[in-house]
Amino acid sequence: MNDDTVTVMSALPVVLLLTSLVPAMLIFALREKRTVLRTTLNLAGAIAKVVLVIVLIPRVVAGEELRAEFTWIPGLDIVFVTDTFSLFFVALSAGLWLATTIYAVGYLEGSPNRSRFFGFFSLCVTATVGIALAGNLLTFLIFFELLTLVTYPLVAHRGTRAALRGARIYLAYTLGGGVALLLGVAWLTLEVGPVEFRAGGIPEVAEFAARDPLTATVIGAVLLLGVGVKAALFPLHGWLPIAMVAPAPVSALLHAVAVVKAGAFGIIRIVEDVFGLALFAELGMLQALAVVASVTIVYGSVRALAQDDLKKRLAYSTVSQVSYIALGAALLSPIATAGAIVHMVNQGFMKITLFFCAGLFAEELKLSKVSQLAGVGRRMPITSAAFTIAALGMIGLPPFAGFISKWALGLGGLDAGQPWVIAVLLTSTVLNAAYFLPIIATIWTSPRSESEGSDEGTFPVPARRSGWEAPASLLLPAVATALFVILFGVAAGWGYSPWVLAQIVGEGAWP
Amino acid sequence: MSAAALVLAPVFLPLAVGALSAVLPRRAAATLTVIAAAATLMFAVLLGIAVLDAGPVRLEVAGWAPPVGILLAADGLSVVMIGLSATAVLAAALVAAADDHFAGGHAFWPLVGAAAAAVNGVFVTRDVFTAFVLLELLTIASVALVALGGARSAAAALRYLFVAVTGSLFFLLAVALTYGHTGTVDLAQAAERADDTVIVGAIIALTVVGMAAKTALFPLHSWLPAAHPAAPTAVSALLSALVIKASIVILWRIVEYFGPLTDLAAPLATAVGVAGAAAVLWGGVLALRRDRLKSIIAYSTVAQVGYMVLLVPLVFTASDPQVAWIGGILITLAHGVAKAAMFLAAGALAAAAGTGRLDGLEGTISRMPWTVAAIGLAGVSLAGLPPTLGFVGKWMLVQASLDAGAWWWLALLLGGGLLTFAYTARMLRATFNPPGDFSGARELTRPARTVAIVPLALAALSVVLGLIPWLLIDVLSAAPMGGGA
Repeated sequence: MNDDTVTVMSALPVVLLLTSLVPAMLIFALREKRTVLRTTLNLAGAIAKVVLVIVLIPRVVAGEELRAEFTWIPGLDIVFVTDTFSLFFVALSAGLWLATTIYAVGYLEGSPNRSRFFGFFSLCVTATVGIALAGNLLTFLIFFELLTLVTYPLVAHRGTRAALRGARIYLAYTLGGGVALLLGVAWLTLEVGPVEFRAGGIPEVAEFAARDPLTATVIGAVLLLGVGVKAALFPLHGWLPIAMVAPAPVSALLHAVAVVKAGAFGIIRIVEDVFGLALFAELGMLQALAVVASVTIVYGSVRALAQDDLKKRLAYSTVSQVSYIALGAALLSPIATAGAIVHMVNQGFMKITLFFCAGLFAEELKLSKVSQLAGVGRRMPITSAAFTIAALGMIGLPPFAGFISKWALGLGGLDAGQPWVIAVLLTSTVLNAAYFLPIIATIWTSPRSESEGSDEGTFPVPARRSGWEAPASLLLPAVATALFVILFGVAAGWGYSPWVLAQIVGEGAWP
Repeated sequence: MSAAALVLAPVFLPLAVGALSAVLPRRAAATLTVIAAAATLMFAVLLGIAVLDAGPVRLEVAGWAPPVGILLAADGLSVVMIGLSATAVLAAALVAAADDHFAGGHAFWPLVGAAAAAVNGVFVTRDVFTAFVLLELLTIASVALVALGGARSAAAALRYLFVAVTGSLFFLLAVALTYGHTGTVDLAQAAERADDTVIVGAIIALTVVGMAAKTALFPLHSWLPAAHPAAPTAVSALLSALVIKASIVILWRIVEYFGPLTDLAAPLATAVGVAGAAAVLWGGVLALRRDRLKSIIAYSTVAQVGYMVLLVPLVFTASDPQVAWIGGILITLAHGVAKAAMFLAAGALAAAAGTGRLDGLEGTISRMPWTVAAIGLAGVSLAGLPPTLGFVGKWMLVQASLDAGAWWWLALLLGGGLLTFAYTARMLRATFNPPGDFSGARELTRPARTVAIVPLALAALSVVLGLIPWLLIDVLSAAPMGGGA
């Protein structure tokens, strides 16, 4: 490879950021009525990002690592790298962002303030990609805080009292987490110098921990607290169900593409690439994290049971499912690590499908409560099928994606000599079934006409906008992500499947 | 122009333009002020290059060395503060030129010239008597500026005058004590000759009290929330961005030169820090409880003054005081830029909506998104979030606090940021659409284009400076504080 190619290639991490940053800036400047141009910009950015990622995956898997570095304050650098884990997260975000963009264009058709919405929407993904590509803690911190700021206008988008309240609570939680993260990063930087991520942990951190284990433990806890808010670890999860007031594409962004994933990603980075699993276990923090994650898994599921509001039930389900990732990261086993990583993708695709479908029910039929969904399967069969696939995946039924996650985590638990993990997973599965199966049953079996004594016998059906049950731009993303939920389960052994890639990424943490 | 002459230019150019403005018609005065501010900004850049090149630039006025003559010297602090003052004056002048309502009358132009000359003089002077004289000039100019707000502002201006004059008296005592004890008013000479730690402690204490009154440091802050909002918008911006910085810099200079000479400095510095801590909390809480834009922003200044004095205790306790110095200077700079942006944007919003009350702002985010964005971005910088200049300053102060093991300041720095963001978010929230009503937004009187662009440009500047802070850090380290330059 000659020098020119090297320069072009090492600029690629920055180009990945620009594919959403540039559209964001242009979209902000667009007048409200330039719908076509805005959509073009959105899709061009999203597609460019996906293409770049597809080009990069084989090279990075083959061991190539691209790097871009800028000095910010003397001694502190902004570093972007494409290691396997960062590219894994970028791929997830890029793929889901494309789907969400198509969905959002359809969802917000004709509603006001779209330039603002899509501008922040693109900034949100820019921040996520920045988090993914961050090569050191400082860069990670900067984009992590940026993500908080640019999601606020999205949650507040509708400007209703509830939306503003949700946005305020979201901000209070995540800025609080941001403060903890700032403290942790500044502290660790002071003790060991600039902290660059390295698979298996950073030697300087290990030396420091040997010298002063107590301080190292406190710093680790502060860092986890910082990222734990976005990952919605109990008891820091309170913002997530309240942020449900946001429009459906934003929920998809919060739950699958960006926010909680950034938190989970941060947990794995801190555990594996800053401290290293072995050191984290030695400090006793791995066990603590495992316990918190397990509590969150069970707690989220229990709370989900009690929700009649569909999006709220899905939100508590996210609280529970994201902690699978934390649990996997907290087990001393390569299989568990891979399980945690693959669940980032699996949960992402399953949850985004569920939110797309919830949005479709709400948009087409004005139904937002579980109890109202009776018989909806006949009116909207495609949507209902997609919902069903994703829900079954969540329960962990083979051959859907969720099964792979649970299987890997279970094996990892045994491998790590922590068989109680199986009990947590089983409990969670039973609870998952308990809150998802009734929805599926309601959708498909209860015929609408049986709800007697009220005029709920028919859906308040708005005029059909197309030949299908919903506009294509809303339906297709849901169908596509649902198909991937099947594909990721069925084709888990294929060369570039998330499971295979997750194992490659996971191996990095076990040098 | 020689490097030494560059030190004089930022003082005499605004003074000359201010004097001319008194007799020129409005348009000419405005144009001249804008040009002078732009030129001053250029001088700051040239001066910065000179400082990077060869350290502090010194000028003995008329060739007389202290104690007979006056020594002016530009170090890193002088350069960045002159840059801030030129930027703030430029922004305020542009807005005031676009809409006379924001200026408050023709007297705005000569008064701004006088104020700019006085602050720039404070930034380069190295003797306490000149500092006192310039500070008096600044006080008179800024009290008059506040009074431009019309009949409603007269009482606030009078109260400001009382407090400022009282503050001056304390500082005058410090100046007299310095001269009496050392026989010179030149800081470097006085620091060399001073040998009584109690007297030096008294000088620092008197300066602290005097400057606390003039800067509105808790608990002497109560005049500020009355005076700053009462003034016309362009004046409010200048008062918060610039005027209070002069007394802060004098406080820093006294600490820089006299601090190392006395054991009393450390407890005094802690007292300053405690007052600063109380300011951050009290100002922040009160800002949260206000329901007018300008009032919130004024209380925010009360709170932020707390951050600006926080470097005083840290300089004595951190193992590398430079980090504390630079962090504090950057936070002060970031405050100036962001606060000017915020006041100008708030004035534009209030003018458009016909009210500065939060509950009258519904829908403004849809109609004036750029102005609201300016408030948002400025708030992000004030709260110290990345990627703004405020974050860089906070990062360095956090490092200094950790280094000093000063948990108390650390908690304050981090918690104060949340408080800052809380009241910024409150302002932003007020501009979002009312429940379920997108079409019924009132017609807004849209302000002139300049009035919308200037605050956004300032807010963007806090981000740009946050992305390339090494420019400032290089200048500040080339002629560092605490070296008695």
